[in-house]
Amino acid sequence: MDMVRGHILCCGGTGCTSSGCEAIIKEMEKQLAAYELDKEFKIIKTGCFGLCALGPIMVVYPEGAFYSRVKVEDVEEIVKEHLLKGRIVKHLLYEETVEENGIKSLNETNFYAKQMRIALRNCGVIDPENIEEYIAADGYKALGKVLTEMTREEVIDEILKSGLRGRGGGGFPTGLKWKFTYAAEGDQKYVACNADEGDPGAFMDRSVLEGDPHTVIEAMAIAAYAIGADKGFIYIRAEYPIAVDRLQIAIDQAREYGLLGKNIFGTDFNFDLEIRLGAGAFVCGEETALMTSIEGKRGEPRPRPPFPANKGLWQKPTMLNNVETYANIPVIINKGADWFNTIGTEKSKGTKVFALGGKIHNTGLVEVPMGTTLREIIEDIGGGIPNGKKFKAAQTGGPSGGCIPHSLIDTPIDYDSLMAIGSMMGSGGLIVMDEDNCMVDIAKFFLEFTVDESCGMCAPCRIGTKRLLELLKKITDGKGTMEDIDKLEELCYTIKNGALCGLGQTAPNPVLSTLQYFRDEYVAHVQDKVCPAGVCKALARYTIVADKCKGCSLCSRQCPVNAISGKIKEPFVIDQDKCIKCGACMDSCKFGAIIKN
Amino acid sequence: MKSLAELEAIRQKMASNVSMRKDDHATRVVIGMATCGIAAGARPVMSAFIEEIGKRNLEHVSVVQTGCIGVCRLEPIVEIVNPDGEKVTYVKMTPEKARQVVAEHLVNGRPINEYTIGAAE
Repeated sequence: MDMVRGHILCCGGTGCTSSGCEAIIKEMEKQLAAYELDKEFKIIKTGCFGLCALGPIMVVYPEGAFYSRVKVEDVEEIVKEHLLKGRIVKHLLYEETVEENGIKSLNETNFYAKQMRIALRNCGVIDPENIEEYIAADGYKALGKVLTEMTREEVIDEILKSGLRGRGGGGFPTGLKWKFTYAAEGDQKYVACNADEGDPGAFMDRSVLEGDPHTVIEAMAIAAYAIGADKGFIYIRAEYPIAVDRLQIAIDQAREYGLLGKNIFGTDFNFDLEIRLGAGAFVCGEETALMTSIEGKRGEPRPRPPFPANKGLWQKPTMLNNVETYANIPVIINKGADWFNTIGTEKSKGTKVFALGGKIHNTGLVEVPMGTTLREIIEDIGGGIPNGKKFKAAQTGGPSGGCIPHSLIDTPIDYDSLMAIGSMMGSGGLIVMDEDNCMVDIAKFFLEFTVDESCGMCAPCRIGTKRLLELLKKITDGKGTMEDIDKLEELCYTIKNGALCGLGQTAPNPVLSTLQYFRDEYVAHVQDKVCPAGVCKALARYTIVADKCKGCSLCSRQCPVNAISGKIKEPFVIDQDKCIKCGACMDSCKFGAIIKN
Repeated sequence: MKSLAELEAIRQKMASNVSMRKDDHATRVVIGMATCGIAAGARPVMSAFIEEIGKRNLEHVSVVQTGCIGVCRLEPIVEIVNPDGEKVTYVKMTPEKARQVVAEHLVNGRPINEYTIGAAE
């Protein structure tokens, strides 16, 4: 192998792709050739680094210089100064890594220091399209170990002992699932991977598949060996084109290297994998609906029991795990359950990946040990709330989860603590909200999503969520009554108890948890007809402060419905009956004379 | 993949390639590439280091550039810094000397005294 002097790692995750990393990679290739450095440096397109807010990201080794928000026109300077002359271009570095005498390692920055990367260990480190790089990072070693040194029972024991719980949201002990499927009777068994990540704002699984697809393949092979399967399916949503591409490349390479196929590692173990694309239905992330969809039928859930461990795909015993759960498996096998046990809390072992979004500085992907507090994630790793605003609440678990208010910001993040405060771990979406967010509006947003995504099979979900949304709309329109709030609550419990699958059973959670912690906001909408955060349009009121108005008539010319009238050089007035609350007048006023309340 | 040995062989082959991206402190070959260094012929020296290190598939060795150290008359200057921070400074380097330094110093761990700054002074 030719020695290269340096590696240029460019993030090729979806985040950086949309901020233009492809053009930067092209420019880098061009500039390297122009300066005759193309033999000395290698460009590696990696998966997500996690700091999506700072993309496109480029890291140059051996120095470990972390360039952020790289623009095409910056590339030549990096090549000319850093690569050719060895002078790191400080003004283009991520400012947190710049020190007086040189640069700080990325792992010492606030964003990374408190993180612990197990599932994301290779994301942003290796080239996901090159199986040999994964092998260099101890890849497929765990598979080799289980096939040549461990019995099936020993593998299951190790996973049981590790205390790993399902990372898709439910938190069911992974080892138990493996044990049940192992014990189930059947001539044919299957393993499956749930990569149908549908929660708004969640992109953990996508990043694992984009940055380290082989870890999922290896883990599925280990699982297949343990339970006695020889066939696996990865169900991934078609909206993730980069992940699908890389996964297919990885599967092809694994086949070429004999890591999928017949007689793997010279044993009598055979295993192969197929990708199945989801068509974008949220309900297909539910395990029974997912399996129905893999079978080629309309994706609708089916009643449990029988559980998939006994009757899954084509009525055969099937074991379904989430992407992130699988990503932990090779590490547990290599380092041992005892090592894994030292990380996390008593009942939640290991780490969890969160997709940080909303009103936060460092939007991106973080992996922290279980038991890390919400405050550490938001303030230390996430860098706090922008624009000096105050933290109001965090939403975890997407449409199935709930809100954590400011008073509970020191709650340790683990399955049981979150459950106890009426939220849930969920798959890992973490949306941060500040004082400008209306909690009733947030509940309405999630309900709109579930109403859209309800498959329509059972009445509590199909009709119930629709009625919930109608009640919420009535409240945000300022037409609600106190009785509506009670009705809302009662209906929530009816749906929770009556719905067939996880989608319906958890759909009322956003309403229930906002009612629990922000009931006063609901009451304000109903009794005072005011939206405290000023979000709900119907309750907003634009007025002109007579003292500040110069009578320039600019606002009245902007108003699309001619609701503003007055005489030049005298204060204007807004006709509240005509006003459609578009806010155009407020934007146009040069004197700050128009206020919203 | 028929055996663990086969997997290990690929791992070994690739290890030197990815070790650069780890935080562990490797042996660094630091080449003076300021105007004085380049004028004295530092680039062919660096190319020789890169080629030779690649040929021998050495793990945990990285080649980096630096600016002028101040003794321009002794350029091209190359410092080899081991993981403990110990430093050997070679002066008036040529591609031929570079290859010898890789073989003797980096592979066998025996610095070539006659090429060092101590011998030149």
